[in-house]
Amino acid sequence: MRNAVCQALVALSQRRRFAFLTGDLGFMALEPLREAMGELFINAGVAEQNMVSVAAGMASEGLPAWVYSIAPFAYARPFEQIRNDVCSHRLNVKIAGNGGGYAYGSMGATHHALEDYGAMLCLPHMRAYVPAFGLDVAPIVDKMADTPSPGYLRLGRCEKPAGFELPPYAGWRKILSGAGPVIAAIGPIAGGFIGKLAAMDEQKRPALWVVSELPLEHNPPPAGFAADVKKSGGLYVVEEHSAHGGLGEALARVLALAGGIPPRFGHFHAKGYLSGRFGSQQFHRKECGIDADTALGVIMEGR
Amino acid sequence: MKTPDFARFSQTLKKAKLRLLKMHFESGIGHIGGNLSSLDAMLLLHTQVMQQDDLFVLSKGHSAGALYVTLWAAGQLSDDDLQQFHKDNTRLPGHPVGGWHPGIRFSTGSLGHGLGLAAGAAMARRLQKNNAPVYCLTSDGEWNEGSNWESALFIAHHNLHRVTILIDRNDLQGFGRTGEVANMEPFGDKFRAFGFDVLNIDGHDPRELHRALEQQDGLPKAVIMRTVKGRGVSFMEDKMEWHYLPMTKEQYQQAVDEVERA
Repeated sequence: MRNAVCQALVALSQRRRFAFLTGDLGFMALEPLREAMGELFINAGVAEQNMVSVAAGMASEGLPAWVYSIAPFAYARPFEQIRNDVCSHRLNVKIAGNGGGYAYGSMGATHHALEDYGAMLCLPHMRAYVPAFGLDVAPIVDKMADTPSPGYLRLGRCEKPAGFELPPYAGWRKILSGAGPVIAAIGPIAGGFIGKLAAMDEQKRPALWVVSELPLEHNPPPAGFAADVKKSGGLYVVEEHSAHGGLGEALARVLALAGGIPPRFGHFHAKGYLSGRFGSQQFHRKECGIDADTALGVIMEGR
Repeated sequence: MKTPDFARFSQTLKKAKLRLLKMHFESGIGHIGGNLSSLDAMLLLHTQVMQQDDLFVLSKGHSAGALYVTLWAAGQLSDDDLQQFHKDNTRLPGHPVGGWHPGIRFSTGSLGHGLGLAAGAAMARRLQKNNAPVYCLTSDGEWNEGSNWESALFIAHHNLHRVTILIDRNDLQGFGRTGEVANMEPFGDKFRAFGFDVLNIDGHDPRELHRALEQQDGLPKAVIMRTVKGRGVSFMEDKMEWHYLPMTKEQYQQAVDEVERA
């Protein structure tokens, strides 16, 4: 999605004036943006705390600013700067973090982002955007630019099966219908479910919904989702994020306040490093039981 | 830059100092020491130097009282406003909350934030062809914060020469003397090495302050102001405890007497 975000921002820079700051990252990805933006593209160096404060200072002067780094360096290192300098002033600063969840795989735990949107959503005025597919990035970037408040963009690697036709981007989308229990997934991990669900009998398989914007108070579940959950009596949330602060907790809260959580409710989420060993993104998903094979096995057994 | 009227400024400073003492006494809160060490600079800047478009960032947010009193002396806050200091339902808490008053743009209090904000504002101004200066007042202990040095590097690298950092060098920080907690000397040389123009001045001498602020040589500027914590009140001067303690009635009366006599 790095290239997609670069293209989307290049296009945006032709229509809007904003600054882009990178924490010394973007090799083989952001060069076109640097070219397009000229002096408005700033390599702020390996100094993320200052980068976020600078972005806030720029936004306070009426110049919206995007900052970019590997996800944990973008949201965790400068957390207090995001909290105090950006969010408390409700400034138009966007934090783009590359490599959500276990995307950096065997690069190790320091590069993983397992609590990013949960941590960001604790902050006032913050909205989080989690594209599931490469095609989501451009509409999300445009939407973020149109929303003059703090925003967090979690980027990953698109896993959409080749040839699969997506419905147009929306904060909630039904990707596949099915008469079985409902799966609500967030982020690229949803892509791994598509091929497997498509091969199943529609009368038995789960319906797949994808959520891409949080908090849910700004992106409430649509009536069609509620109807699917009610009809099937089952809901499983899948996310490459810790349970705390994730979609599962948020959705359970919304459903509880609306009258009740379905009889069958499950939450597949990141569990850190159970074995203490490291590997690819798929290795970590498997270890947590959030990969499509493991999760669908549990769901279809009705556990 | 405005033509200074130092005689009048001296009277304004005395009045502001008395108002600051009153405000802190009535609210029963501390932080008075660092307010008294930085009040001269804040007041001079706002009343004798700054123009309408200039930006001031108080990075040492614990000197909020001095900022409020400065804005009061400049006619930007009322006496009624100051009466609300530290009370319930106030806009004037112990550390400034930004966004409601043009003279208080940012919420500060956690040290090491103001300079990055100032740098960003200065960068945006440059990109938007606005040459108005940006002033940032930091404490000295605040330079223990790594984020400050990140910002200093950024400011120097981009030669944001419209940024002036004022450092309240009162030699005392939260739980010790700055030289004992984390020795920063040679302090000025550090800024020089980064690429700043460095001026060492007496932070309680308005003429030196004004001269330092007036000087322009095309580099970002670090003005290291030698100051005294609790300046003007004998029992507070250079005492760490006046970072924290509220005044008793007797202490307040003595402080007022000393300031009035000075």
